[in-house]
Amino acid sequence: MTPSEIQIVVDDPSAPAPDSPAVTSTRTAEMVVYVLLLALALLLGFDNWRSGMGWAKDGPQSGYLPFYLCVILAGAALYGLVTTILQRPEVPKVFVTRDQLRRVLQVFVPTLLFVFFMQWLGLYVASFLLVAGFMRLIGRIAWWKALLTSFLFALIMFLTFEVAFDVLMPKGPIEAIFGF
Amino acid sequence: MEALTLLLHGFAVLLTWKTLALMLVGLLLGIFVGVLPGLGGPNGVAILLPLTFTMDPTSAIVMLSCIYWGALFGGAITSILFNIPGEAWSVATTFDGYPMAQQGKAAEALTAAFTSSFIGSLVAVLLITFLAPRIASFALRFGPPEFFAVYLLTFCSFVGLGREDKHKTVISMALGLLLAAIGMDTVSGQLRMTFGFDPLLRGVNFLVAVIGLFGISEILLTMEERLALRGHAASISLRVVLKVWREMPRYWVTLLRSSAIGCWLGITPGGAIAASFMGYNLAKRFAKDPSTFGKGRIEGVFAPETAAHASGTAALLPMLALGIPGSGTAAILLGGLMVWGLNPGPLLFVEHKDFVWGLIASMYLGNVVGLVIVLSTVPIFAAILRIPFAAVAPMIIVSCAIGAYAIQNAMFDVWLMLLFGVVGYVFKKIGIPLAPFTLALVLGNRAEDAFRLSMIGAGGDMRVFWSNGLVGSISTLAFVLLFWPLIGRLFDLAGRRMRPVKT
Repeated sequence: MTPSEIQIVVDDPSAPAPDSPAVTSTRTAEMVVYVLLLALALLLGFDNWRSGMGWAKDGPQSGYLPFYLCVILAGAALYGLVTTILQRPEVPKVFVTRDQLRRVLQVFVPTLLFVFFMQWLGLYVASFLLVAGFMRLIGRIAWWKALLTSFLFALIMFLTFEVAFDVLMPKGPIEAIFGF
Repeated sequence: MEALTLLLHGFAVLLTWKTLALMLVGLLLGIFVGVLPGLGGPNGVAILLPLTFTMDPTSAIVMLSCIYWGALFGGAITSILFNIPGEAWSVATTFDGYPMAQQGKAAEALTAAFTSSFIGSLVAVLLITFLAPRIASFALRFGPPEFFAVYLLTFCSFVGLGREDKHKTVISMALGLLLAAIGMDTVSGQLRMTFGFDPLLRGVNFLVAVIGLFGISEILLTMEERLALRGHAASISLRVVLKVWREMPRYWVTLLRSSAIGCWLGITPGGAIAASFMGYNLAKRFAKDPSTFGKGRIEGVFAPETAAHASGTAALLPMLALGIPGSGTAAILLGGLMVWGLNPGPLLFVEHKDFVWGLIASMYLGNVVGLVIVLSTVPIFAAILRIPFAAVAPMIIVSCAIGAYAIQNAMFDVWLMLLFGVVGYVFKKIGIPLAPFTLALVLGNRAEDAFRLSMIGAGGDMRVFWSNGLVGSISTLAFVLLFWPLIGRLFDLAGRRMRPVKT
């Protein structure tokens, strides 16, 4: 039996380098998360204590269960925090490398802008901009391909949701021109 | 055989052109989602859920469950041809599937994977057909205390039996339950944890959280990886299919064993991932020549795929019969039920016969049609991987945003989805499991209602959870499972103490 050839090849020129320096270790990230969870538990716990965490005649008051959930959450987070501080791994596990973080931000920041602009431009125009910009600037795909793909995508989405399924999305000035 | 009559009725509900077309669309979308890197069953179902909001519940669930079957089938394609498991539960499939593709036997491996998935699902669906109605009619006698005990059992078994660090599971679950409690308290009408912030009045929507946790965070995680891939193209000819099917009966023990493992782990919160590995490992252990595993043995494809699909399907059993999802995807389907205005639980079998039996019938039909589709369209779907991720990623983000917005027509939900995306990304990287969170968020309010209703009924007496044999044994079992790691250690210790005396 001859080994079959590799027939589908997709390259990733901007892939994160394997030796990129670490931004932070998993240990640090874990500690930050535990501290945040602890703070959240305290905040929510306080609110539930205020709204009544006691036991009325006919059963628990409305803050009772959430209050004790906060206690459980705080306890588990504290346990995690203490064990993480006490355990010092010899080789620190990398949470994210600089290259990886760059790539993650390359998706996250455009997404953030997309959601931000969606409020004024409407979802369909914003998604056209997101898809076209992303394909061109990050995927380095030719302009005409990026524009064509994103236009078709936005149009198909519009026809599917707005026209066929009656799921209404935020719309902006451009849809208004066409009377939607 | 009441179940058979009802099942036939289910097929009658299903056999309209519209439902069949939706089924086909669902399967194709599902395979597509399963093949794409960074998307899988739960994400696909969560993202595509908004499409179904305006449908009637039966069409909606048929389409969604078909997306799920499709995604399960699709995961195998990338595992075998590209050595990239599209899903965590396809990891075990790569062990023998990819070597087979390297030896030029990709078509055999794919046929084996699809067929065994089909068999696994079929066994689980048979189980659902005959067991679920019984469980549901038994559960009709449940009052609030019994239901709370069952919820408690679900939560405790996640903590006690999960493989992750216990405190991480507890964090995930407590956080989910807390977020579920935000907003209007259904019993007293009091506002909780809203801090005077209006959008929080409605609470944190389960589906918004799921779209963020599984959709957005998965995109972020995928971007971290090197996205280059090289793989084999394959097309499946009828000759190969028949050849594999002729060989198949020889492996009936493996298939049966994996199906049983899958069904069991699907109903209990073990999940498809554990099932696929267990199926593979047991097949290896019982084989005459375990050393040939991992080098392209067809049995190594049969075993994990059967188990994974049996488990994925069986996870729907507790969801249908009790309103308790057995997996993340089942939890999302449960969330869908609520959006369509159905009340999950044993009453479904009484009040919505069309819906339940239509769904069960669609499991049979969807798997058969799915098998035919994947066998005939593999080359097309393998080629989807050529589409650059830079084009796919923003489209997925847009679909997520549409989904999050459509649920309550609220811009706040889209921001919330982004937040959950970041949370999911960080949690996955530091090993806090997301499944308990999902489960807690979807069950939180129901569990709390059950607890408080039983408290009101019993005048605030906790002993109501041990007031009769049924509820008492469920509650006790819950605590046994919660402390299972400790109990197991005690048994070990006792066993070690006993041994020197005996010998």
